[in-house]
Amino acid sequence: MPEIESHDVDVVVIGAGGAGLRAAIEAKARGLRVALVCKSLLGKAHTVMAEGGAAAALGNVYPEDNWQVHFRDTMRGGKMLNNWRMAQLHAQEAPDRIRELEEWGALFDRTKDGLILQRDFGGHRYARLAHIGDRTGLELIRTLQQKAVADGVEVFMELKVLRLLHDDSGAVAGLVGYWRPSGSFVSFTTKAVVLATGGVGKSWKYTSNSWESTGDGHAMAVWAGADMIDMEAVQFHPTGMVWPLSVRGILVTEGVRGDGGVLRNAEGRRFMFDYIPPMFAAETADSEEEADKWYADHSAGRRPPELLPRDEVARSINSEVKAGRGSPHGGVFLDIASRRSAEDIRRRLPSMYHQFKELAGVDITVEAMEVGPTCHYIMGGVRVDADTTATTVPGLFAAGEVAGGMHGSNRLGGNSLSDLLVFGRRAGMGAADYVEGRSGSASVDRAAMEEVVRAATAPFERESGENPYDVQHDLQETMQSLVGIIRTGSELEEAMGKLEELEERAANVAVAGGPQYNPGWNLATDLPSMLTVSRCTTQGAIHRTESRGGHTRDDYPAPDAELGKVNFVQRVPAGGARSGGAVGTPSIRSITITPEPLPVMPDELQALFDEEAH
Amino acid sequence: MADDTTTPRADGGAGGAGGAGGAGERTVTMRLWRGDASGGDFVDYVLPAVEGEVVLDVVHRVQADLAPDLACRWNCKAGKCGSCSTEINGEPRLMCMTRMDTLPPDEVVTVAPMKTFPVLRDLVTDVSYNYEVAKRIPPFNPRPKTDDEVAAGGYRMQQIDVERSQEFRKCIECYLCQDVCHVIRDHEENKTAYAGPRFFARSAELEMHPLDATDRRELLQEEQGLNKCNITKCCTEVCPEHIKITDNAIIPLKERVVDARYDPVAWLGRKILRRTKGTAAEAAATAPAHGPAAVQPEVEVTGTPGPQHR
Repeated sequence: MPEIESHDVDVVVIGAGGAGLRAAIEAKARGLRVALVCKSLLGKAHTVMAEGGAAAALGNVYPEDNWQVHFRDTMRGGKMLNNWRMAQLHAQEAPDRIRELEEWGALFDRTKDGLILQRDFGGHRYARLAHIGDRTGLELIRTLQQKAVADGVEVFMELKVLRLLHDDSGAVAGLVGYWRPSGSFVSFTTKAVVLATGGVGKSWKYTSNSWESTGDGHAMAVWAGADMIDMEAVQFHPTGMVWPLSVRGILVTEGVRGDGGVLRNAEGRRFMFDYIPPMFAAETADSEEEADKWYADHSAGRRPPELLPRDEVARSINSEVKAGRGSPHGGVFLDIASRRSAEDIRRRLPSMYHQFKELAGVDITVEAMEVGPTCHYIMGGVRVDADTTATTVPGLFAAGEVAGGMHGSNRLGGNSLSDLLVFGRRAGMGAADYVEGRSGSASVDRAAMEEVVRAATAPFERESGENPYDVQHDLQETMQSLVGIIRTGSELEEAMGKLEELEERAANVAVAGGPQYNPGWNLATDLPSMLTVSRCTTQGAIHRTESRGGHTRDDYPAPDAELGKVNFVQRVPAGGARSGGAVGTPSIRSITITPEPLPVMPDELQALFDEEAH
Repeated sequence: MADDTTTPRADGGAGGAGGAGGAGERTVTMRLWRGDASGGDFVDYVLPAVEGEVVLDVVHRVQADLAPDLACRWNCKAGKCGSCSTEINGEPRLMCMTRMDTLPPDEVVTVAPMKTFPVLRDLVTDVSYNYEVAKRIPPFNPRPKTDDEVAAGGYRMQQIDVERSQEFRKCIECYLCQDVCHVIRDHEENKTAYAGPRFFARSAELEMHPLDATDRRELLQEEQGLNKCNITKCCTEVCPEHIKITDNAIIPLKERVVDARYDPVAWLGRKILRRTKGTAAEAAATAPAHGPAAVQPEVEVTGTPGPQHR
C-alpha cells in the first residue's frame, strides 16, 4: 500500500472555477481552515472560457429592469422546470455579487455615465450582461483568484479527488485523491465538502468543454448517495466552431448575436424567422426590418429571433443542416461582417476576432463564421437546498454547474457566471454554518481509503488490458451519436447497453509508465466519473418522454404538461453493486430513477407569469 | 535517432522525417522531449498528417495512439487559459494556438518544455515560482466610494480610464514572458528577487487602476527587481495576447519609479503635500499576518546590474 499524505481542515472545496473560488473566499472569511483543491493549475478552470458576460439586473442600461423580470426570463428559459427558489435568489442577489467583484478589482466595460455596461443576450428581456469585451470569464476567475490568494486561502493544485469518504453517521468526513505531478496519494479529513467541479461535456465528441469536464463532482455525489435531478437536460450551445475539424466545438460567444450578428443558411436566408415558437412569438420580431431596429432601441421593435433561448436556436440550426441548407462543413453561417464595422467588431469581440484569425484563418470582419451546435453545459446535477446549497448527504454541499435546479431544462446565456457567484457564496456560507454547528473532529475509515487507493493503482498492475484512450473514444462516439442534441427511445436504449459494456472495459484498462504526471492513468481514473454521468443522462432521457428545453425527443416532440411538473431524481441506494472499476465505485447499473414533484412556487411569484401573458 | 522513432499502429510503418510517407500518405514527425528532473532526451513520433491541426492536436494523437503516458499540460485548447506553454522549434508558444500549417512544411516539429522552469515530466514544468511571486504582490486596495457612487450603487469610471488596465487583465498567465525573460532564463539565482514581466504587468495594472490606492513603486524597485529588466522586449514578442508588456507596463513603471526617487520637485512635493497613495510597506503593515503581503523574499536584492541580453 502506497503512503497516503494526510491533511485535516474544516472545509474542502473541490474545484477552483468561479463557484469554488467564491465558496472558498466566503468560508475563509468565517475564520475556518479552508482547502481549495483543483485538478489543474489555479486560474485555468473552465470559467476562464466564459465569454459573453454575467447576467444581473443592475438596471444600468435599462432602468426598468429588475429582479422580477430576470427571474421570469430565467424560469421561462428553463421551461419552468427550474427550482423557483434558486432562480429567485439568483435574480435578487446577482447585482450585489457583480458590484462586489468591482470592489475586488474587476474592470467591467463602462456606460457613458461610468457605470457597469450591460449587453444583450438570448432570452433576456433587457440588456443585462455585465462584461469585459468577450473575455468576461477570465476577468471573473482572475479577480476571484487574486482575492482568494490575498485572503490566504490554501490552494492544492493539480490534485485529482477520487472519492468522498464517510464517517460512521453517514456524513461526509473526508476524501482521497492524488497529486497529478507526483502520482502520490493524499487524503483530507474535513467537516464539510463543497463540490464545485463544473460540467460533464468531455463525454461527448464535440464539446466546448476542456479535458477537466469529466463530471467528477456529479459522480462523487452519486457514489456518496446524494440525489441527482434533471440529468437529461444538457445544453448544446448553438454556435460552436465547425471548421477546421481540430477546433470543432470551440465556442463562439452569443455576444456575436447580441451585438448584431445574424444566422444565415446556404441560401443566405435569415432562417430564424422560420422557427419562432408560440411561447415567444409575442415578443419576437417577425421581419428583418423590425428586428434590426431593436438593437439600437429596444422600444422600437421586438427582439430578433437570433436571440431566442439557446435550445430553440440550436434545434433550428440542426433542422437547417438536416434539410440540406447548411454550410460546406455542416454548420450554418454566423454573419457579423456585413452588419457592423470592422473597428466595432474588433473592439467588442476581440477574442473572437483573434480565435478565428489564428485557428481558422478567417477574418470575421470580412467573412461569415461557420457554426453549429456543440455540447456545452449540463443543467441537471446534484439536488441542493436553494438557500444553503446542502445536498441530501450531510456535510456535502454543491454549487455552480455541478448543482441542479437553478436553470431548469435550459440555461440562459449569462446566467452561469452569476450562478457561480450567487451560489458559490451561499455554499461557503452553508458549509460554514454546518461546520460551526457541528462538534468534534472528523474521522474516516482507513480501510475505505485504502480500498480506493488499491482500485486506483490497479491499472498499473494489469499485465494486459485496454488503452483508456480507446474506451474514452468509444464513450464519446456513443454519447455523440445516441444521446446528442436530438434523441429517440430506441437509440437511448442502445446507449444504455453500450454504457454497460464500456463500464466493463473501463474496469480492465491497463496503463503504461509510472504515476508521475501520467495522462493515461489520469484518464483511467476519470472514466468512472464519465460513465456515471453518461448513464444518468441517458437514463433520464429515456424517462422524460417529452421535449423540453435542452432535452429533445424525436419520438415525443412536444412538451407534456404532466412531466413538466416533475424532476427525475436519480440515486444509488445503499448496498448497490460494485463495478470494481478504477475507483472501486458503485456500478452504473445500480442507479435508480423516480419522478418527484417540483417544489411549488408561491402565489406572489406565480402571479409574475399570470400578469405577463405575452 | 532511429531507435527512438515510433510510428502509430494505423500508419503501418510509413515514415520519413516529416516528408511524404512510403505509402504516399503525408506524415508529420514530432520530436518531443521525454524525461524528468533527472534527465531525458528527444523522441521522434511519426504520424499521418491531418488537415487543420494545431500542435496540441498532434501531441494528443501521440498520447492516444503511441505514448499514453506522454505528459503535457493543457485545458481550454482555445488560447484562453494559458496552460499549454512550451517551446516549439525553439520559440516559446502555446501549443493550442500554433497551427501546423504555419510551421515549415516537411520539417520535423520539435517541442520542448519551457526552459526557465524545472521539468516535472516530459513537456510539463513546475511553474510554482510564478504563484509564489503572485503572493508577494500587495493586493488591490480600492479607494472608498463617493456619496454619488454609494447612491448609484457602484463606482464610476470612464471607459477610457479602465482600458489601460484592461490591457494587462487580458493576461492568461501562460508564463511565456517569464520563460523568455533572460533575467531568470539565464540566471536562476535572480528568481528570488525578480518578479518578471508577468508580474510587472500585474503591478502596472494596479498602478494604473482607477481605484487602487496603494503606491507600489518602492516595492517594485527594492524587492521585485524592476531595474534588472533592460527592455529587450522579448516578453512582448512572445505574448499570445499581444499585450505590449515592455512599452505599456515596464517602461511606464520605470518612469514612475524614477519620478518617485530622483525627481527633486516630486521629492519636495512629497515632503510638502499630502500623499494620496499609501506605500506598499504601509499596505503590508495593515495586511493580515498570514497574508501574502507579509511574505518577504527569501534573499535580499544585491543590486547587481542586469545581465546582458542578446
